[in-house]
Amino acid sequence: MAAINKVVLGHGSGGRLSRELVESVFLKSFSNPSLLPLEDSAEVKIPGATLAFTTDSYVVTPVEFPGADIGRVAVCGTVNDLAVKGARPLALSAAFILEEGFPGGLLERITASMRRAADEAGVSIVTGDTKVVERGKADGIFINTSGIGLIPRGRSLSSAAVRAGDVIIVSGSLADHGVAVMNARDRLGLEGGIKSDAAPLNGLIEAALKVPGTRAMRDITRGGLATVLNEVSGACGLTAEVDEEAVPVSAATRSACALLGLDPLYVANEGKIVIFAAPGAAAGILRALRSHRYGKNASVAGRMLKEKKPQVRMLTSIGGSRIMLMLEGEQLPRIC
Amino acid sequence: MKAAAAGRFSSPLWRDRALAASAFSEMGALASAAAAKKGGRVNFMEVCGTHTMAIAASGMRRLFPRELRMLSGPGCPVCVTSQGDIDRVLALAGIPGVMITTFGDMLKVKGSKGLDLASARERGADVRVVYSPLDAVALAAAEPSREVVFIGVGFETTAPVIGAAVARAKKMGLKNFSSTAFFKLVPPALELLLSDPEHKIHGFLLPGHVSAIIGTGPYRFVAEKYRVPCVVTGFEPLDILAGINMLFKQVISGEPRVEDEYFRAVRAEGNPAAQKLMREVFSVSAATWRAIGPVKNTGLEFSKAYAAFDAVKRFKIKYAEAPEPEGCLCGTILLGKALPPDCPLFGKGCTPSNAVGPCMVSSEGACAAWFKYGG
Repeated sequence: MAAINKVVLGHGSGGRLSRELVESVFLKSFSNPSLLPLEDSAEVKIPGATLAFTTDSYVVTPVEFPGADIGRVAVCGTVNDLAVKGARPLALSAAFILEEGFPGGLLERITASMRRAADEAGVSIVTGDTKVVERGKADGIFINTSGIGLIPRGRSLSSAAVRAGDVIIVSGSLADHGVAVMNARDRLGLEGGIKSDAAPLNGLIEAALKVPGTRAMRDITRGGLATVLNEVSGACGLTAEVDEEAVPVSAATRSACALLGLDPLYVANEGKIVIFAAPGAAAGILRALRSHRYGKNASVAGRMLKEKKPQVRMLTSIGGSRIMLMLEGEQLPRIC
Repeated sequence: MKAAAAGRFSSPLWRDRALAASAFSEMGALASAAAAKKGGRVNFMEVCGTHTMAIAASGMRRLFPRELRMLSGPGCPVCVTSQGDIDRVLALAGIPGVMITTFGDMLKVKGSKGLDLASARERGADVRVVYSPLDAVALAAAEPSREVVFIGVGFETTAPVIGAAVARAKKMGLKNFSSTAFFKLVPPALELLLSDPEHKIHGFLLPGHVSAIIGTGPYRFVAEKYRVPCVVTGFEPLDILAGINMLFKQVISGEPRVEDEYFRAVRAEGNPAAQKLMREVFSVSAATWRAIGPVKNTGLEFSKAYAAFDAVKRFKIKYAEAPEPEGCLCGTILLGKALPPDCPLFGKGCTPSNAVGPCMVSSEGACAAWFKYGG
């Protein structure tokens, strides 16, 4: 792995460049068995229990956008990182880096929104930190949240456990969050009421886990479904094959993406998961998801296959097929 | 939510599997008849980068009959921009106090010294991605002490939009807004390809959006003088399949003409208002094409009335010939003489995050399409 000469924006995209940064810099210094699976949360064993532990920083511009704000995303992101490992969230921390001059009213709106999201998830923010930096040294507000959760005995979810024949279930419509933020940030004036999907998914996930047969779960954030499938395919050594027609994307978001030259399968979400489960469990899990408010559009989107050269593949609506690579760096809007 | 219950989310008519299957089966028969007529493989060229991407993203290449080869043409705006013009963009970005505004696609195109706008930004240049040149005009109005330069590249699709932005800046009396005019014209590009006696192009899928502006008339010479079939085509998978079948039928009949598959958006006369605006703000000029060099009457420059908005003149940026990156086949690919996998750098020294040539950088580029979607 080549040394990183200089950090570029693409290193924060959540795609292949991010992975490269993690592997060539952070793993070099930090490598240990809890960190190594590089999943959404680390498993930390203590006598008699297994904890899930995760942290994430949030740097969204603008800080408020249709459907959510930086605070809601900061709470939901961390809750979801715990929940997809099968953990029940126990407590969160919140640290704020504020730029001199940041409006107090806005800060209060953000913290109130964090409280609402935490209440919904049934978890408290039990510790925190604040730093204020000079004007120009930060972009308004950065939030870091960490979370710990308890993984119930006997529950073990991991990408490496995914088997050939498993189905791929997506919990709902993709790409709304990324498009909503872009629309607000760049004042694109796209209509169709596209809203961020940011939501705490621990309730949805508990409902799905009542049905036995789930082997792994991931939340589909930066890098989109395509990137997550590549990571899972790499971890379990299987091909992931999805059907274009079975991947839920709303009509408004689909046309926004077409207009901007973005592929919805590479756009970020903040309230969607992908579940890998035994084929016999698919119907039950789908029923459980669809009966929850955050899983109404859940769909079996594809399957895992054993192949000589594992890849991530899409069967297109016209009957063709194509590969899906990991997101490289930033997705750039096109010229025409 | 009926569609969701059925597990089907994205199959409107223009992606319908059954219609696609019948188009492919018709294509199989047409392809063998056309190949018999031509005595070998039939080469069609999709001129436009959006078609290149749509073909790759729909995975249709694997379903094409053996007798058909689709070549990518010179219709990717970033790809045809010459190395020397990219160097001029970087020179503009290096001027203290200048704010560069650009479409996202241009950020990662490397100049002759291996640098791009993204790396200029890392070193402190003020480079902003905008979605419309009108946003750049708004930035200029909001920050009167800054010089705001828009990087104008592209074809007849972007030229009127940028023309409209420049016309607005003039109306607003803005003195701190300017743009480059590295525009290319599609019909002369086709003539450039066809004037090569060695060309092996048996039909053109013509760009839908460009044609919505210029209409179908400007292509008539392709069918009449060069006897090559033409179909103006839309961008949905079934549009493309229909366009290809229409080309095959012209090959078989031996009567080339300009047909319009995309008649829901393209009128024969095009968009007269956009044409008028282009004539007012720009005039036809020589343009420098990547890997081809300067060719007379193939591009647009600012007209006399708008010369004050020409960033290259305002900042006295010189043009220097710059060699193509070593080993890069972009130019050859744009001429339809090679496919991306033919390039020795493809997927090895050249990938989207570390691209050597523009065809790998642009989201419309042939190499990016082949890399991203596996052809």
